[in-house]
Amino acid sequence: MSGLLTYISRRLMITIIILLAVSFTVYVIFALLPYDPAALTCGKNCNDPGIIAANRIRLGYDKPFWVQYWIFLTGLFVGRDFGSGAAAIHCDAPAFGYSFQQHACVTDLLGQALPVTVYLAIGALILWLIVGIGLGIISARFRGKIWDTLSTAFVLVGTSLPTFLTGLILIVFLVIKLPGSPFPADGYTAPEEDFGQFLLSMVLPWVTLAFAYAAIYTRFVRSQILEISTEDYIRTAKAKGLSDRMILGKHTLRAALAPIVTMAGLDFAGLLGGAILTEAVFNLPGMGRLSLTAVVDIDLPVIVATTIVAASIVVIMNMILDIVYAFIDPRVRV
Amino acid sequence: MSLLSVRDLRVEFKTPDGIVKAVAGVSFELKQGETLAIVGESGSGKSVSNLAYMGLLPQSKTTITGSVILETEDGPVDLIGLAPEKLRAIRGKDIAMIFQDPMSALHPYYTIGDQLIEAHQVHNDVDKKVSADRAIELLTLVGVSNPAERLHSYPHQFSGGMRQRVMIAMALMNNPKVLIADEPTTALDVTVQAQILRLLRDIQDQFEMAVILITHDLGVVAGAADRVNVMYGGRLVESAEVGELFKDPLMPYTVGLLDSIPRMDKGHGNRLKAIPGQPPSLITLGDGCAFAARCSRKAELPEGTCETSPDLIAVKKEHLVRCHLYVGKGK
Repeated sequence: MSGLLTYISRRLMITIIILLAVSFTVYVIFALLPYDPAALTCGKNCNDPGIIAANRIRLGYDKPFWVQYWIFLTGLFVGRDFGSGAAAIHCDAPAFGYSFQQHACVTDLLGQALPVTVYLAIGALILWLIVGIGLGIISARFRGKIWDTLSTAFVLVGTSLPTFLTGLILIVFLVIKLPGSPFPADGYTAPEEDFGQFLLSMVLPWVTLAFAYAAIYTRFVRSQILEISTEDYIRTAKAKGLSDRMILGKHTLRAALAPIVTMAGLDFAGLLGGAILTEAVFNLPGMGRLSLTAVVDIDLPVIVATTIVAASIVVIMNMILDIVYAFIDPRVRV
Repeated sequence: MSLLSVRDLRVEFKTPDGIVKAVAGVSFELKQGETLAIVGESGSGKSVSNLAYMGLLPQSKTTITGSVILETEDGPVDLIGLAPEKLRAIRGKDIAMIFQDPMSALHPYYTIGDQLIEAHQVHNDVDKKVSADRAIELLTLVGVSNPAERLHSYPHQFSGGMRQRVMIAMALMNNPKVLIADEPTTALDVTVQAQILRLLRDIQDQFEMAVILITHDLGVVAGAADRVNVMYGGRLVESAEVGELFKDPLMPYTVGLLDSIPRMDKGHGNRLKAIPGQPPSLITLGDGCAFAARCSRKAELPEGTCETSPDLIAVKKEHLVRCHLYVGKGK
């Protein structure tokens, strides 16, 4: 057990170092962009050199790069004041910066967008895991039979239909053409506001997003099961006289768990950075839409923040997966 | 009386290239308490013939005909064509198997306790505690130290030889009448091989089991078997008691096999004799003698003789051979 603790703490250390590197890299990339961050703070058609110069000092863009990065980093832990005196704007830790385009602390913007994306991703994940694993098992179990053919057709449709098209089809047939449709055409209701309405507003986005992933998972689970079925230890299980059902349920699926968990974890982490298309189609104010708007408006602090958050989620998920792996695979624990 | 009686067993696989006749009419008897070695090179059908009646070949593309009669408590049962559920009840109980590679034959994610207990639970409606005690008893028997603790270990925490011991313990969980050992020592170190073979010999006496030892290693055969079946091209080509076979091999293939073993007593400097040519394709192999293309004594026979396959005939007592050279020379 102490081995496991050492393993986890070492993995944590590595993760912290990687996160620092990620934040630094992202910061450098955006510092190299041919935009003057100070000029961007006063709007698109602003040419007043006085305001720009004042903002440059107020936001610390006059300082050397290293100092700027240090201020950014400390701001993440202790919060940050933009400007001084009565005009100062304070952002609480973790302060990612201040968006002049949206007149808000970036952290507040993230705080609004992240939950939407988290709800979207979790619902979709549950849905696609159930459908993908279920169909994958059926498909492998009845290989070459009608169920396998049907599920292959599902896989083909699911992988070839782009998300925005699936979303639009659902909107057209289940919202616009369906008389008395319970689903709102667009817009998002927070769960704490009205939970029923929240569920209704999320069903179609969940289905849309899960559809594409379920297809990929069906194919993946099917191929995993078929591959594991040729393993020697499955033949041993058969030679012991176990029923096909026990072999599949206990021996094959247990071995397929590790790769499925890995794939699901990484896909889930990727989605937390924002499901841009799904969010756009259903007009959900999540991370994807926040990033999209920020890119269009060249809202640098928001772009830096969403990039760092998305990358950090992937890094942290990798750490979680490594730790989960130690529980799934006894060979990793030493 | 025979415990297992194999009659005209044929196994064919459908492949995109044609029908592979992996086993083309094999017959043999297995008596209680004896060790029958089946030798032959890769693709000779030595493994497939035994996997076939155990129901361990992929069903969809395999055709199995013939009969394999097993004596059970409820009388003789033909394993070929038996309902899958009934065959499953025999598998692991009356006939157990151990395999070539103990590294991959145990499930990496379950403790060996889990796997041993499971083997007992499938065929016995008893408390898990009873199965666990049985597992400890058998681990002790096969020479695993601290068996009660080792139940909680995973396969990767054992060495190859120890894992094969665990496999043997697992096979013995239900007191099988027949143990099929498919190349049980091939993947092991030479020193460990000897230990495993000795262990197999000991437990065989203790359990009064019949053992089918599938191997390509004649060294293993010499030390462990009572009788030897030599297979070539999916056919049984020679069968004799082990001493007799080593002393007086008849079929040119068997002679070639024996000549290809290094021998310390024949002095240095003698090059090992390899059998020229390649094993036959089991798709295009016709009705003729399977070994004809590689046979060193083909010239002794009249032209065209080898285009038919001879029957398996008894040349001496308990010494059968399928070879034109010995047709009409029975004693």
